[in-house]
Amino acid sequence: MTEKVKVRIDGEVIAATAGQTILEVARANGKYIPALCYMEGLSAVGACRLCMVQVAGVARLLPACTTPVQEGLAIDTTSSQLQSYRKIALELLLAERNHVCAVCVSSGHCELQTLAQEHGVTYVRYPYNYPRLTVDTTHPRYVLDHNRCILCSRCVRTCAEIEGAHVWDMAGRGIDTRLVSELKRPWGEATSCTSCGKCVQACPTGAMAEKGWAVEEMTKQRTVVSRLTSMREGQ
Amino acid sequence: MDKLKIGTCWLDGCSGCHMSLLDMDEGIVAVLRKADIVFGPLVDAQEWPEGVDVAVIEGAVSSQDDLKLAEAARARSKVVVALGDCAVTGNVPSMRNGIPVRTLLRRVYIEGATERPGSEPPAVPTDGVPALLKHAEPLHSAIKVDVHVPGCPPRPNAILFVLSELLEGRTPDLGSKMRFG
Repeated sequence: MTEKVKVRIDGEVIAATAGQTILEVARANGKYIPALCYMEGLSAVGACRLCMVQVAGVARLLPACTTPVQEGLAIDTTSSQLQSYRKIALELLLAERNHVCAVCVSSGHCELQTLAQEHGVTYVRYPYNYPRLTVDTTHPRYVLDHNRCILCSRCVRTCAEIEGAHVWDMAGRGIDTRLVSELKRPWGEATSCTSCGKCVQACPTGAMAEKGWAVEEMTKQRTVVSRLTSMREGQ
Repeated sequence: MDKLKIGTCWLDGCSGCHMSLLDMDEGIVAVLRKADIVFGPLVDAQEWPEGVDVAVIEGAVSSQDDLKLAEAARARSKVVVALGDCAVTGNVPSMRNGIPVRTLLRRVYIEGATERPGSEPPAVPTDGVPALLKHAEPLHSAIKVDVHVPGCPPRPNAILFVLSELLEGRTPDLGSKMRFG
């Protein structure tokens, strides 16, 4: 039997089920917590740090996507301190690689761009990193542009957990971390890739796209992962 | 009352933001009732004048000349507006930043040149062109910027809003009205 718990989110008392995360409970109750690495239907990894929330009595901030609810938690999701940290996180993501919206296939449909806009990021306060990064065009249908990758790992988890092929992984550490296909083979030579394209649909930015689209033309089916998961759970 | 003074310039940009500025249609008449444009691509002045109220700067800071002009505009203007993604983020001009300047110039002017019979051997031009800086940087990395207006280009009505607010002595709050790209 599932244990019911009560939590308080931004002052409102909400009934939840033990084992649910703060993010799941908040979203199920119409409360918006921004996130980039979280995707419904995938495991949660707490990588992007945008969903950080304040829990009363806890000195540090906690990621809502990986923190399970407990009886009596009082959670603040909207404080000005959180807003300012989220803005910093977005600016650091924009500064880390070469996010040039003006020439991006996903401009206008990009989750990073949209969140920056929603959080009032009109410029980036930190020095840009300008890394020299590659674009992998070896796959016949898809393209991977490392300049636009934010290392959210949604593609990694989609391929491993939904498609079951596990083509993608992260290599390197810290700022040198790179998304790699099949132990650093070019994508087009990755024999385990089924070319299903679900990683492309899961990618929040223009890092993964279908070939053949121009600026602003690449729209994605964001619900493909959650739909597959819920259909499988329903079996 | 004396009219206010607006100066505009473009650094490393495509002039698209200035096109968007002109594209505000009759809005520009309202702006010109309050202010004169005393410096810019369509104005004769050769030097950024003293006592400018609003400086509107398009483009990234990419060369020695860009830097000099940006510094002059800052020193002689009350408010500086970074207009468009190149001025705000570096945008397309900054895509060269991962490549050392020497390599870049050699690639463009020497390896990229098509030699015709009898023509001079290709060379990197030095006369009459300003030296490139190591990076094409956003304007705020070179001078203090008061208002950032992202967009590639920013929409004409956004530029009109920003100018109207500044000419009324208010600081425009773009909030979440603008996006990059």
